[in-house]
Amino acid sequence: MAKGRIEFDYGKCKCCLLCTKFCPTNILVLDTTKINEKGYNLIRVTEAEKCIGCAFCAMMCPDSVITVYRLEGSKV
Amino acid sequence: MEKIVYQKSKGLTDATLSYCPGCTHGIIHKLVAECLEELGVLEKTIGVASVGCSVLSYNFFNCDMQQAAHGRACAVATGIKRTRPDSVVFTYQGDGDLASIGIAETIHAANRGENFTVIFVNNAIYGMTGGQMAPTTLIGQKTTTSPFGRSVVDHGEPIRISEMFATIPRASFIARVSVHNVQNVRNAKKMIKKAFQYQLENKGFSLIEVLSTCPVNWGMTPYDALQWVEKEMINYYPLGVYKDNYENK
Repeated sequence: MAKGRIEFDYGKCKCCLLCTKFCPTNILVLDTTKINEKGYNLIRVTEAEKCIGCAFCAMMCPDSVITVYRLEGSKV
Repeated sequence: MEKIVYQKSKGLTDATLSYCPGCTHGIIHKLVAECLEELGVLEKTIGVASVGCSVLSYNFFNCDMQQAAHGRACAVATGIKRTRPDSVVFTYQGDGDLASIGIAETIHAANRGENFTVIFVNNAIYGMTGGQMAPTTLIGQKTTTSPFGRSVVDHGEPIRISEMFATIPRASFIARVSVHNVQNVRNAKKMIKKAFQYQLENKGFSLIEVLSTCPVNWGMTPYDALQWVEKEMINYYPLGVYKDNYENK
């Protein structure tokens, strides 16, 4: 089971891609098949089980789009 | 069981930030909001917004805000702090606002040792008006008003605000930080928090200069802009604490 899980507030995302660049496990990718109401493409999580809940993506997100959950007791 | 390790700060409203995609104003807003939230002073904080991209920051910070005329945020903050000394007062200013038109107000506020915190966002360009040259624009940097790059002969050297303010005796805490990667974001938060703590302890004027990006006007992707900060800006604007009147005292 994945150590961490992230949730997006997609309405606020401006698709700057900083989260994809700072994810240490490289599981965030651009999803060009979907857009939000602002017209920006969305970010998709591939291989969700690899998420370690480090919150780097959320920390670098300028628009506070990402909420990060981590399994209690697990460390990054 | 899962626990939340990172979520949107309560110090920010639900409004969507008006900044361009990838602009680090958003990160700096988050850091200020998180610090105020963690110190438990959101209810008694009054922020002063400047003119520039951050002019609408009164919509984003979840505390009382006042909008000041261009460059006059420190003068307005002085008035607010003196009439409401129990409030936590901060100004949030860009480089066009603080380093250019508002330099006099800021220097004199520091010289008087006014007890508030200045968050100075330095992105080396005028962002909102379309990318004109700022006092902090680097040598050789192309902007709409310096299309061949800034030259020392015509425009002088970029102003190093933190170094300048470190020479003012009554300024108590001056630091320059950056938000170009996770480690620096954490450090920036630590410094901003320290500045607010100094204010709560009545230790006087504090200024945190945050190196920021302007991907649109620099003509770069957000990630390239962060790398430009690391490679170019930090060379000219070294990070660190420039003045701490209360260190080891």
